[in-house]
Amino acid sequence: MLTSLLLSAGFALMGAGIGAGIVAVGAGLGIGRIGGQAMEGIARQPEAAGKIQTAMLIIAALIEVVSLFAVVVCLLIALNENITF
Amino acid sequence: MFRKFLCISTLLSVFLLTLSTATFASSEEGGENKTGFIMHHIKDSHEWHFATVGHSHITLPLPVIIYSADRGLEFYSSTDFQDHETHQFGVDHNGYYINEHDKIHAVDESRSFVDLSITKNVAMLIIVFFVILWLMLSAARNYKNNPNGAPKGVASFIEPIVLFVRDDVAKPNIGPKYKKFTPYLLTIFFFIWIGNLLGLVPGAANLTGNIAVTMTLAVFTFIATNLNGNKDYWKHVLATPGVPVPLLFIIVPVEIIGLFTKPFALMVRLFVAITAGHIVILSFIGLIFVFESYAVGVASTLMVIFINLIELLVATIQAYVFTLFSAMYIGQAVSEHSHEH
Repeated sequence: MLTSLLLSAGFALMGAGIGAGIVAVGAGLGIGRIGGQAMEGIARQPEAAGKIQTAMLIIAALIEVVSLFAVVVCLLIALNENITF
Repeated sequence: MFRKFLCISTLLSVFLLTLSTATFASSEEGGENKTGFIMHHIKDSHEWHFATVGHSHITLPLPVIIYSADRGLEFYSSTDFQDHETHQFGVDHNGYYINEHDKIHAVDESRSFVDLSITKNVAMLIIVFFVILWLMLSAARNYKNNPNGAPKGVASFIEPIVLFVRDDVAKPNIGPKYKKFTPYLLTIFFFIWIGNLLGLVPGAANLTGNIAVTMTLAVFTFIATNLNGNKDYWKHVLATPGVPVPLLFIIVPVEIIGLFTKPFALMVRLFVAITAGHIVILSFIGLIFVFESYAVGVASTLMVIFINLIELLVATIQAYVFTLFSAMYIGQAVSEHSHEH
């Protein structure tokens, strides 16, 4: 019974870690795409660079916050004081 | 020009470096649980812990104010609830004690009371209030004394920001009735911005990273939106035009839930952005104590400076996004034009 208890604690923490990693992939994909399209837009029309840059920063902040939702969930699992080894 | 930039960046780095590491140096008491200090710095608490130098804690004990029906208003200091040698909470005092989650409980379980204490976040709120008050009153005084000239001093700092919120956030999103709502939008913009920025100072309390504070701001936006909704808006929510009647049974509950998810998203967005930023900074500093090596210390501190600067940007962007979305929701509620579906 002790090993099964330790196993589930281990699984919970592993889930938290893997979850945080996948979240990073998601945020990277989303924000990378925004950055890429912004670069393309600026390359096509350099006069609009200021506006494109402002819009890019704002939308990047919104996408980043979605990834932070998931990071908070993973942190709640990992820093839960009821999980002991 | 370059010399000035170099001076300012050096001062900023030295400031962040010394204050950050001194403030977080208390993680040694974590023991095996070296990450306990992260939650301790994020959460609200009944005392304001600034730093630990050696074995002495520099803390400011905050007042505990409890109102109960039979005893009325009672004022205590949070040190009354602490053991005098170990400074741990949990001591009973006059029928109340503070448990390990920093909540006040009555020893007699059936006792009902209202906790009105000045906790760390409430004290931070009062500080932010005074900062904004000083900013705005100085600007107003400058305009009063100098009515026809260019604004000088604090007013010249505030004016572009106010014009930005009015012309780029309020007017395009709300339309002709923007004047009624601009004061509210300006208030939440400055409150969230100054609250975020002051929360980044090492040793300050995490004000906008407290979900109760962001919930209150989201409730204000909810009230502002729904009290000012005109007939078009409510018709759109409760009896969406152009939809066949069988579908209405699905669409109307979804629209009603949508009324609540919008402020909920506002609340969680601000809370998560600020709290996650603080947790990242604290984790990097915690790494120094986990590895206990000088090389990691240097690398970590550089990362902390870098992330602190990003957090400055995030502070401003989150204030802007909250204000922008509030303006958009208010604009949807008061919009006059009728569209055919």
